[in-house]
Amino acid sequence: MTTIAATSAGASAFGPRQLFAALPGAAQKLDPRLMWHNPVMFIVEVGAVLTTALAVATPFMGAATDSTGSVAFIWAIAVWLWLTVVFANLAEAVAEGRGKAQAASLRASRTSTMANRYISFVNEDSETELVASVELRLGDIVSVSAGETVPGDGDVIRGIASIDESAITGESAPVVRESGGDRSAVTGGTLVLSDRVVVKITSKPGETFVDRMIALVEGASRQKTPNEIALNILLASLSIVFLVVVLAINPIAGYSGAAQSVPVLVALLVCLIPTTIGALLSAIGIAGMDRLVQHNVLALSGRAVEAAGDVTTLLLDKTGTITYGNRRAAEFAPLAGVSSETLAIAAAAASLSDPTPEGKSILDLAREQGHGIPESVAGQVVPFTAQTRMSGVDYADGSQVRKGAGSMVAAWTGTSDARTTQELDGIVTRISEAGGTPLVVASRTAAGAATVLGVVCLKDVVKTGLKERFADLRRMGIRTVMITGDNPLTAKAIAAEAGVDDYLAEATPEDKMALIRKEQEGGNLVAMTGDGTNDAPALAQADVGVAMNTGTSAAKEAGNMVDLDSDPTKLIDIVRIGKQLLITRGSLTTFSIANDVAKYFAIIPAMFVASYPGLAALNFMGLHSPASAILSAVIFNALVIVALIPLALRGVAYRAAKASSILGRNLLIYGLGGLIAPFVGIKLIDLVISLFPGF
Amino acid sequence: MSDLWLAVLQLGTIVLVIGLLYRPLGNYMARVYGPAKDLRIERGLYRLVGVDSSSGQAWPIYLRSIIAFSVVGVLAVYLVQRTQAILPYSLGLPPVEPGLAWNTAISFVTNTNWQSYSPEQTMGYTVQLVGLAVQNFLSAAVGLAVAVALVRGFASVRSRTLGNFWVDLTRGVLRILLPLSIVAAVILIAGGVIQNFSGFHDVTTITGATQSIPGGPVASQEAIKELGTNGGGFFNANSAHPFENPRAWTNLFEIALMLAIPFALPRTFGRLVGDNRQGYAILGTMSVFWIASSALMVWLQVSVLGTAAKAAGGALEGIETRFGVVGSAIFATSTTLTSTGAVDSMHDSFTPLAGGLAMVDMMLGEVAPGGVGSGLYGILVMAVIAVFVAGLMVGRTPEYLGKKMGAREIKLASLYILTTPVLVLAGTALSFAIPAVKADVVGTSMANGGLHGYSEVLYAFTSAANNNGSAFAGLTANTPWFNTALGVAMLLGRFLPIVFVLALAGSLAAQDRIPQTAGTLPTHRPQFIGLLVGTIVLVSALTYLPVLALGPIAEGLQ
Repeated sequence: MTTIAATSAGASAFGPRQLFAALPGAAQKLDPRLMWHNPVMFIVEVGAVLTTALAVATPFMGAATDSTGSVAFIWAIAVWLWLTVVFANLAEAVAEGRGKAQAASLRASRTSTMANRYISFVNEDSETELVASVELRLGDIVSVSAGETVPGDGDVIRGIASIDESAITGESAPVVRESGGDRSAVTGGTLVLSDRVVVKITSKPGETFVDRMIALVEGASRQKTPNEIALNILLASLSIVFLVVVLAINPIAGYSGAAQSVPVLVALLVCLIPTTIGALLSAIGIAGMDRLVQHNVLALSGRAVEAAGDVTTLLLDKTGTITYGNRRAAEFAPLAGVSSETLAIAAAAASLSDPTPEGKSILDLAREQGHGIPESVAGQVVPFTAQTRMSGVDYADGSQVRKGAGSMVAAWTGTSDARTTQELDGIVTRISEAGGTPLVVASRTAAGAATVLGVVCLKDVVKTGLKERFADLRRMGIRTVMITGDNPLTAKAIAAEAGVDDYLAEATPEDKMALIRKEQEGGNLVAMTGDGTNDAPALAQADVGVAMNTGTSAAKEAGNMVDLDSDPTKLIDIVRIGKQLLITRGSLTTFSIANDVAKYFAIIPAMFVASYPGLAALNFMGLHSPASAILSAVIFNALVIVALIPLALRGVAYRAAKASSILGRNLLIYGLGGLIAPFVGIKLIDLVISLFPGF
Repeated sequence: MSDLWLAVLQLGTIVLVIGLLYRPLGNYMARVYGPAKDLRIERGLYRLVGVDSSSGQAWPIYLRSIIAFSVVGVLAVYLVQRTQAILPYSLGLPPVEPGLAWNTAISFVTNTNWQSYSPEQTMGYTVQLVGLAVQNFLSAAVGLAVAVALVRGFASVRSRTLGNFWVDLTRGVLRILLPLSIVAAVILIAGGVIQNFSGFHDVTTITGATQSIPGGPVASQEAIKELGTNGGGFFNANSAHPFENPRAWTNLFEIALMLAIPFALPRTFGRLVGDNRQGYAILGTMSVFWIASSALMVWLQVSVLGTAAKAAGGALEGIETRFGVVGSAIFATSTTLTSTGAVDSMHDSFTPLAGGLAMVDMMLGEVAPGGVGSGLYGILVMAVIAVFVAGLMVGRTPEYLGKKMGAREIKLASLYILTTPVLVLAGTALSFAIPAVKADVVGTSMANGGLHGYSEVLYAFTSAANNNGSAFAGLTANTPWFNTALGVAMLLGRFLPIVFVLALAGSLAAQDRIPQTAGTLPTHRPQFIGLLVGTIVLVSALTYLPVLALGPIAEGLQ
């Protein structure tokens, strides 16, 4: 993708420049009405306001009694609390900033164009009027000629044209769009390169595909996803518990004469509530959508991205997804008494003027095997017809060669030799069972004696590297099902070769739908790709339906994702991105909660050591003074947010493995790491702070 | 024998007994709550109350039944106490005063058995038998019913109902608690626990003084007190009294009684959800806490001592010599970890850190193994939280036993884990925040000043809100403030979690079951046990660190 991918590739390199650029956005987000949506950070902001007010008031309230009562300490706490809030907003602003860059390049393609709208459409040559594209309504019919921009999303209802869709997909090679069939959809903002088409508009103004894309990448229409909502509830509850803990301290400590100042209590509260994940949660969500966009996939909702991580069954169309979709010659199988070379040369001769990929592949195979194949043939080419179902050559000397479907060739030779028939049947069955298509080759001498030479095996070639990817999926607990219109025999063979878990042969759209329903009834989440109008119901029924951008508007409307590259194997990447999004959230939550242990050991002794010197035993980090201990914990708490922004945007590393080994690894890094990191971090910050006078 | 070997031997014996009981008792309970046929006596009871035993209840109905039943229970116990003067076998005792009667009624109906009174001076035999002992059975059966309802939530698929509360209640009492109590009572009588209706005997001691020796139907009450994790003693001294707990082996037997049902319930859970390995994981988690806490308690009582205690060979103050420091430490751990609250020694006299550990045991949320039923549903809620965070970490919408942990499930689990800490912290803080109350608390209730006195108050609210019922002996709790505040803490600490658990069960039952794949987080491995232990420590116990620092920790580190 040239336009979008280029900007996002630049943006994905995260550096100080991005942080700086996002600062104004971060400051705007300090508005309490916006903060309110993030309860954890809202508590921090309230604490910051409170502490700032106290910092201003303290000089008028008399001398400080200890280090944690000094004006410098209170100001330091206040400043770092504000920084904590700003850092959180910064994470979100940086994530949104990346989307904004993409949106800007999309907007450029949306500049208003003029459209030739038919006043009343009868045929291509009906009278048109010139209107602005924004005035087009659902159902309007427009004419678009070479050199003009398509004024809105729609379906081609007349004509055929080549169209440059690079503004949307980034792919510079033009695509063909024609009326009828599955390649009729055109997108507003794309350029017609040749011919003229009549387009029926299928989108309302302001709700075109490009409009939706812009809203999505900007995060404007971002809604919280189910898991995000659940996580938010948990984080809010933990915050409430810690709020109660902190509120309970002073009445109790007051009884023992160890009451704490408000800044110290605010510092404790901010350190205990899960600020790390609270600050990064929305950035993680935005970055997840963004990663999909970088893969040229548009998710029409965040819910769909999350569902992708949950998928347990993947329905993959055979043609185009698992195989290249064109059959290729894989083997020459001569009958007894015929040499392989004779068969190859005869088959090649019959294919010399055959323009189909199958015909070319026969020549390729013959040449590969080292047989001398001429460039052209001296004779009359007999093309394939639906009636004869054969093609071949009539040589000038009267001899003939034919290749084609078994029964037709057999009839052509007129042979009724039982042994030959039996042998031929044997080979044909073997090839069919192996998933191939048998092509029988026969020749007739000038004298009129016809012989069956053998069989060419045409095979659908499975894409390389798929077997490994399916094995990966299996390890992740995802079952792959191949959907094909082939007969069960062929389907089984290709399924085995590709390494899919199951297949659905001779599939009709209804079968596909029934399969999805059955899987869902068993509690499975199903993902599939599709492009045709008859795929639409299945796309809508599937939990994750990825429509190909080349597909019909009906398919695009029904799915919840659109793949701009129209590459069905992308489904596997989509699943990966969905999982990564959830893993990042879970890992940072664990990290955030595990951090509390070290913060307790920094702050609790600092708070009460003046009243109960014995509690100094808990200060095993050997922090310099109560004031520096508390401040160090607050500073660590703020800095860790900035340190984790790149991880939140990039996502936690993910590789396909069993759930238990992924968990083990992440627990080790983010659980144990979250336990240890703050001990080290707080101690280091304390060493620096202890250099300042007054701490 | 050294303390180390004594501890190993005693812990080993209990582990053996509980281990042997795990499968048969767990399986038996699974059968009781499965589709078993009604007994004749049960059919009679259902006809009497007008219950259709075959009809299931949706969660709001199940909950309403529990609330209605408990309200009636509170009123009944209250009335029996208030009318004590006209009841037979009352030993001539006057009616219990209203504040105390309300507190006691709630205490026994909530399975807490906090006692603001001295039983032998306050309650006659009728109140003890008709009021208190009956609730010992019923409150335990209610706990079992709620736990089973939650397990059914996990086990059923697209179901609207959780079973029938009246059937679960009846079966719990008639088929589990009564038969086991009868066996236990006989064994206790054989060990020397008394069982009579002979009132007080005045005897002249060797020194010539007169002493009043109480009698009473003790063994029958003692059995269900431990078995139902109730903990309300027949006598003020509770299980330290020689008539309740005469010997070293009855002490061990009583510990085993408290642990038996809570530790066997994971098996019931495993059976009912069709995967015994899930039961072992829960059992493993509970065992980690019980063994670690027992060992730590023994160590704190034997090794971390002042000069006088060192000379005596252990923290012997408040300890019955027939149980010894080790036996008392294990009893203390078990009673606080099971929400029983019976005591065979005075926790107030333990070393400060050991007393603090007893509080931490309760602060874990009574889940390891916890009360009868309440322990299982408590730890399953913790498992929901653990699975949620861990499930995200493997890249799937978190699921436990094939059930999705969505926003509603997490909301209910979060409310559950919020409830007790808020009650404990608010109760303790208010005791010192309201000037009039503070004067009363410090002046009247606290036996000790300073840190230890504060620990007594913290212990009281921790015990009440977690429905444990044990006391840091020093506190005089029969005051208007404590009777009211602890009553509220017990009530909310029992029934709010039940509301959330049943709502959770309802939403789980309504769900489909997601098939297990290689991408599913396995919840039966040591890895999950570690995760669950970590979650319980981080989410429950750690919350209390600041308030513990101001009491037992500060005292212990002086």
